[in-house]
Amino acid sequence: MRILVCISNVPDTTSKINFSPDNKEVVTAGIQYIINPYDEIALTRALELTEGSGGTVTVINVGEASTEPTIRKALAIGATDAIRVNAAPRDAWFVAKQISIIAAEGKYDLILTGRESIDYNGAQVAAMIGELLDIPSVSICKSLKPEGDGVIIEREIEGGKEVITTPLPVVVSATEGMAEPRIPNMRGIMSARTKPLQVVEAQNVPQLSEIKNYDKPKPRGQVTLVPADEVDKLVDLLHTEAKAF
Amino acid sequence: MSVLVYCEHSGGKFKKSTYEVVSYAAEIAAKTNTSLTAISIGEVSSDELQSLSKFGASKILHVGNDRLKQFVNMAYGAVIADAAKAEGSKIIVLSASFTGKGLAPRIAVKLEAGLADSAIALPDTSTGFTVRKTAFSGKAYADVSITSDIKVITLVPNSYKVVEKPGEASVVPFESNVSDHAFTVMVKDIIRAADKILLPEAELVVSAGRGLKGPENWGMIEELAALLGAATACSKPVSDAHWRPHSEHVGQTGISIKPNLYIAIGISGAIQHLAGVSASKTIVVINKDPEAPFFKAADYGIVGDAFEVVPKLIESIKKLKSVNA
Ligand SMILES: Cc1cc2nc3c(=O)[nH]c(=O)nc-3n(C[C@H](O)[C@H](O)[C@H](O)COP(=O)(O)OP(=O)(O)OC[C@H]3O[C@@H](n4cnc5c(N)ncnc54)[C@H](O)[C@@H]3O)c2cc1C
Ligand SMILES: Nc1ncnc2c1ncn2[C@@H]1O[C@H](COP(=O)(O)O)[C@@H](O)[C@H]1O
Repeated sequence: MRILVCISNVPDTTSKINFSPDNKEVVTAGIQYIINPYDEIALTRALELTEGSGGTVTVINVGEASTEPTIRKALAIGATDAIRVNAAPRDAWFVAKQISIIAAEGKYDLILTGRESIDYNGAQVAAMIGELLDIPSVSICKSLKPEGDGVIIEREIEGGKEVITTPLPVVVSATEGMAEPRIPNMRGIMSARTKPLQVVEAQNVPQLSEIKNYDKPKPRGQVTLVPADEVDKLVDLLHTEAKAF
Repeated sequence: MSVLVYCEHSGGKFKKSTYEVVSYAAEIAAKTNTSLTAISIGEVSSDELQSLSKFGASKILHVGNDRLKQFVNMAYGAVIADAAKAEGSKIIVLSASFTGKGLAPRIAVKLEAGLADSAIALPDTSTGFTVRKTAFSGKAYADVSITSDIKVITLVPNSYKVVEKPGEASVVPFESNVSDHAFTVMVKDIIRAADKILLPEAELVVSAGRGLKGPENWGMIEELAALLGAATACSKPVSDAHWRPHSEHVGQTGISIKPNLYIAIGISGAIQHLAGVSASKTIVVINKDPEAPFFKAADYGIVGDAFEVVPKLIESIKKLKSVNA
């Protein structure tokens, strides 16, 4: 099986996010960048699916040269090779378009993404690639197994799950449960340095959207603490002040 | 012209989030001086369809085709894009539900439309077309300007109030030719807890963490939730340990929610947990550790043992309900 895993380079979950004084840009200084956690799940599942069966796992990132440490980490976890499309990821449509061009040439059986990138939380890329390639896509999946000539997938829905079968090729976006992310070992880290990382230039595509401005939610006021033996008071506050019920 | 809104249903009944998107789309239609067309696919009664006229839809397209009974994003995307073309719609609105997230990007690609996902407010049309969305897992907002001619928006559940806007509407059958290969995807099974309040749509949520010690202690959490008409949720270690189903897990790696009231019991308030709940309107924290980080992100708190506080809370709410009954 030939698998393509899309990885994005995102600020570590615990990072404080700050913006430039005009609120037009994210301040990147001091931020630790990581592989998007859901993409790590997708990558691990891809490795599990190819181990022992002689398949390949290619990782792809649309990003500038600064994302290479993240790509090398994916190689250290176990990917066979990597492709970087040399461009800042303008928006999901731009990213999906670049990836679909490469995916069409590479004849992959399976294209995996994360459920969403934890920076812009778009959850867009997987279904866009599916549409661009005119193949099925299933978003937000917690299980993925081969079945016959295709795969059987569990997709998350409100309050439960849906079980789906689809032929290959297919695009699947991964969430918690599909695999337990792996940590690279010493051998992986050593071999990652010499694994192929191909850099390709981006194709021109029209721009459809643009972030104009950032803002932060208003901080909450000071917490109102109620003594443990005055629970009635809390209920009263929730009822009359917060009007929560 | 007209704004087109996709109306999701579950077993033939429109969801709460559907009435939210219809109300939201009706307001966009009013703002842009056009009308609202709703589209629904699958088995929905004519009364249910007609109910959309109460929320501002002036035309209701119904796709009753048997092959389209089950949701498959590839096929549904093609139908909705066709409807948008037939209606000349420049703005297409969906819910940012699990279904909407798998569907909206496909529609956007078909129509070469810019997509604003996870909107939390009406678009600002004073200069261009800008939509506010959450970013960085609840830590920030981003204002996304859509510059394409056609625009697709998904709206986060619980972000827009349902508003009645009664009017006349006709239900019109809509047909579209979907290519066969969209049907190679098959839904084998749907597994869903029956009669439960859906967590992403819930107005009130009672949530508990590792502080509860074990699954056998969830009785009081469920009792409190039932009393309030709330959905239940949990922290990640709780679902990882299978104390509660994964569908209840909220946070960075679970579901993001935006209820009116979030009660967190025995949850420490790790940043990854807060990522999924910090958009809640009012947050109440019950934790025996006064240093628990969650108190810094809360509106109300009780420092105390959950096993003593929660039963008292249940009694107190019962008292309030009986007074108001
Ligand atoms: C990449 C990543 C993603 C993650 N994603 C998520 C996520 O989506 N959601 C999530 O929840 N976590 C997530 N986590 C885990 C998160 O960091 C925390 O470990 C987790 O939220 C802690 O769960 P908890 O609060 O239930 O348990 P704990 O941190 O163990 O807290 C238990 C709390 O209960 C209190 N307590 C104990 N006994 C009582 C009692 N009798 N009465 C009252 N209070 C009591 C304690 O004081 C304590 O504050 C993620 C972590 C990582 C690294
Ligand atoms: N710049 C990128 N390069 C490669 N893959 C990406 C990029 N951005 C997003 N993705 C993939 O698309 C998924 C969903 O991202 P998004 O639609 O931005 O939330 C991510 O989990 C990645 O798998």
